[in-house]
Amino acid sequence: MSGIRAHPVAVFLAFFAVFPFLVPYKALATQVLIYGLFALGFNLLYGYTGLLSFGHAAYFGLGAYGAGIALAKLGVPSVWGGVAVGLALASAGGAVIGFLCLRRRGIYFAMLTLAFAQLLYFIGFHLADLTGGDDGLRGIPLLPVRLPGVEISLDTPVAFYYFTFALVALAVAALKRILDSPFGAVLGAIRENSDRAAACGYDITRIKLLSFVFSSAFAGLAGALEALRLTVVPIESLYWTTSGQVVMMTLLGGAGTFFGPFVGAATFLVLEDRLSIVTESWPLVIGLIFMAFVLFLPKGIWGTLSGGLYGR
Amino acid sequence: MNRRSFLTTAAGAATLAFPTVLRAQSKEPIRVGFPLPLTGPFAALANDLQRGATLAAEELNARGGVLGRRLEVLFRDDQLKPAVGAQRTKELIENEQVQFIVGGLAAHVQMAINEQTKKSKVLFISVSQSDEISAKPDTSPLTFHEALNPTITCRAVGGWAAQNLGKKWWIVYADYAWGKQCNAVLTDVLKRHGGTLLGSTPYPLGNAEFVAHLPKIRAAKPDVLMSATPGADNVAFLKQVISFGMKKEMRVAQPLLWLPTVKEGGPDVYADVYGGINFYWEVEDTIPQAKRYVAAFRKRFNMPPGDYGCYGYSGIRELARGIELAKSTDSDAVAKALRANPVYDHYKGKQWWRACDDKSFQDLWIVRGREPGKLLGEWGLLDVVSRIPANEELDRTCVEKGLA
Amino acid sequence: MVDISLATLLTQVFTGLVLGMIFVLLAVGLSLIFGLMTVVNFAHGSFFMLGAYFGFFLLGLTGNFWLSLVVAPLMVGVFGLIVERLLVRPLYGRSVDDPLLLTFGLSLVLIEAARLIWGKIGVTFDPPRELAQAVNLGFTMFPVYRLFVIGVTGAVLLALWFFLGRTDLGLIIRAGSRDPLMVRALGIDLGRIRLLVFGIGTLLAGLAGVLAGPMRGVYAEMGVTIVIESFVVIVVGGMGSLAGAVLAGVMIGEVVSLTTLVAPKLAEIMVFVVMAIVLLVRPSGLLGEAGLLE
Repeated sequence: MSGIRAHPVAVFLAFFAVFPFLVPYKALATQVLIYGLFALGFNLLYGYTGLLSFGHAAYFGLGAYGAGIALAKLGVPSVWGGVAVGLALASAGGAVIGFLCLRRRGIYFAMLTLAFAQLLYFIGFHLADLTGGDDGLRGIPLLPVRLPGVEISLDTPVAFYYFTFALVALAVAALKRILDSPFGAVLGAIRENSDRAAACGYDITRIKLLSFVFSSAFAGLAGALEALRLTVVPIESLYWTTSGQVVMMTLLGGAGTFFGPFVGAATFLVLEDRLSIVTESWPLVIGLIFMAFVLFLPKGIWGTLSGGLYGR
Repeated sequence: MNRRSFLTTAAGAATLAFPTVLRAQSKEPIRVGFPLPLTGPFAALANDLQRGATLAAEELNARGGVLGRRLEVLFRDDQLKPAVGAQRTKELIENEQVQFIVGGLAAHVQMAINEQTKKSKVLFISVSQSDEISAKPDTSPLTFHEALNPTITCRAVGGWAAQNLGKKWWIVYADYAWGKQCNAVLTDVLKRHGGTLLGSTPYPLGNAEFVAHLPKIRAAKPDVLMSATPGADNVAFLKQVISFGMKKEMRVAQPLLWLPTVKEGGPDVYADVYGGINFYWEVEDTIPQAKRYVAAFRKRFNMPPGDYGCYGYSGIRELARGIELAKSTDSDAVAKALRANPVYDHYKGKQWWRACDDKSFQDLWIVRGREPGKLLGEWGLLDVVSRIPANEELDRTCVEKGLA
Repeated sequence: MVDISLATLLTQVFTGLVLGMIFVLLAVGLSLIFGLMTVVNFAHGSFFMLGAYFGFFLLGLTGNFWLSLVVAPLMVGVFGLIVERLLVRPLYGRSVDDPLLLTFGLSLVLIEAARLIWGKIGVTFDPPRELAQAVNLGFTMFPVYRLFVIGVTGAVLLALWFFLGRTDLGLIIRAGSRDPLMVRALGIDLGRIRLLVFGIGTLLAGLAGVLAGPMRGVYAEMGVTIVIESFVVIVVGGMGSLAGAVLAGVMIGEVVSLTTLVAPKLAEIMVFVVMAIVLLVRPSGLLGEAGLLE
């Protein structure tokens, strides 16, 4: 069992290669991957660096609108171009907003991230010519993926899943590299005691900002993929409820654990998907399950499971 | 509980939750997906929509199904969120293999659903208000729009109000897509009728505080106070208007009255408020088709149909008519059949599809809230004032919609 | 179209004050709960909603508005006590995330329960006739009920100020939110204090709900957005400062209200703009102490 911890990327690859066949339908599997990636980005900042952002919808939304606008309005002729624009926009947004918010700490930091995210929502809402306003951005073409020598259509749910899988796997591998680097070690030090890390001579503001930007980039990639998946970008992508959702998914799965975000996203989305078919009052059931998780599995699902497995 | 047993239980519970589905005729059923906001602020309208669609499916199945096959409607909660609406549509098409989608309530969710049906080449009959859904670039040869839209509603109600209530107006509208469209169309209609717009006040949707504006509006002495204030804002708006004694001094009108909202506000709030509506059950007195529909609805649900329920009913019936005309469940064939035989009448008189944009044209009514004490039971809340006959000139032309 | 008379401006200032009062009631409760037990009570908006529904229910039952106004908040407070004892108490000593998650789940449950009990359509209830009119303030007509809301909130705040500032129990509560360890070291049972504070906080939310009901209508989601705005208020005021919460509540009410008058489009974002500016200029909010709860 210790293999999970030693080779998390391999475990991720093995599990998500067969994941679409474990859930009722492929589009749900894709959704889990995308929201898992979004939560992974959030988790880098919160779980590993100890910074609670309550405005991560901003980077998810920037990624989604970046990719969507590039493909639908600017006529960028390739999927890669669209994803790149989304990624760039989210990272840039993360750099600017992160720079401003990191001047404050704790709850004040969290509320500033929320304020900037709401500001972006507001801009998106009223910049209707570019974003579609409250009707959402429509008309995003789903172009085939061009790789040297091949062209793959993404029209089927299976093809789209494995396209997403490939990109999310790269992101997961990148996260592993980040965490294993000296930079990753400092992140842990900052989370445990920011002042002590500073006293050790680290430029913690710069390191926090870098973590913020990486986190935004992951969220932005997730947003870009979601724009491609739905071929529409709803304005609520930027709304605080989207930020709230990713916080809940991460905490449910287990903050600061490698697989927690994916476990949380899968639990949340699959439960919602199945329960809402059974009963109109599904939020009541989800709410009760949530409360039970908090009361009885305080480290989140994966945090508790891995804690049990490894005696952490 | 392992995954399989969980899913089996879920499937069993799902069947229980929809007892409307009749026992299988021998062949494979025709499956129709129906996303709608069963949770969220429009849940009451969604339940009405669900009842209408359920009744339509039951009637069809009772008379032997469609092409001899049972018609099965799968309802899904879209939470009034476009992303969820899109996800549920994907699930219905991919997992449940539905052949058609009917539903959607609120413009932005419809459009997210529409993106999925276009991609999967599935016929979509949209059943709530939107101007864009039947215009370029959103519409497609497989996108049909059964409901009224803001342009039609505001031209009809605005024109009637200018002729009958007075020509000096003040408009209050919620600052989002629907409200802005209403304001633009109403302003235009008033001008065409030679009226005067004394003022126009936007407010942020969901922030229904009008106290500072009302004295100004009152001082301007408009004949008509026109308000495009949806949902909970509508009740709050009217209450504030009443507290300033303005309802006695001017006519209050709005593009739409929603029956559940009128019930929520009660007769003290809605008495003498004018508005448009796509159907009000008391028109059964004059329209035989409506009499049959209302009777069937009452028998099944112990209450008369509301406004949105009719769209659900008509949407499903119209889909079935298309399938039977086409003798096929192929989306293209059904769309062609509906276009070739555009006239239909399921519950309130003649309706038809305009060929160029697949938009349904239909009558609507001007109604007025009844005084307290004059209600006809729990749901007899409105007086029918006038019928506005279906008319293609009430909508934008297909050239204006970018379709010609 | 920006021709705003002094009268209109004054009217809007009054309107802003009413809005501010609702914010203040919610923010003070949130701030008390957060200060003493570092519980981010995400369900605060649901207690607000429950207050409105309880008011509606009691008015229907008794026909007496005054009775509902007093009893509905008490019912919410008692419900708050039960929630604290059964659900929140097991989480003390754990991370701040846990109460946030738990109360998030609780808010889902409460909203859905309200729909099941009172139906999916919202309900309305009215103040008695004498409060339902508009009164001439000299410069404008203004609804009496809104003046009444200002008065009630003012009275409640005074009582709360007296309780926290002039009674022994109040002193312990204030000390507890500064330094819980020290209070415990003095041999005071913090468990009962926490219970009491959670009850008071939710009671105030319930009062805000029952006051807001006749103005905004009562529906299951009525507390969803306002809880975020109330968090903004306590942050702007400075975490842990009750005077700050009052000041910020009134200020944000006024800013929203006056923006609605000149630029309605900007109204919904102003809450956040104000917060961003305040936090970037004053690190700990208007009246907060540096270093507290960072």
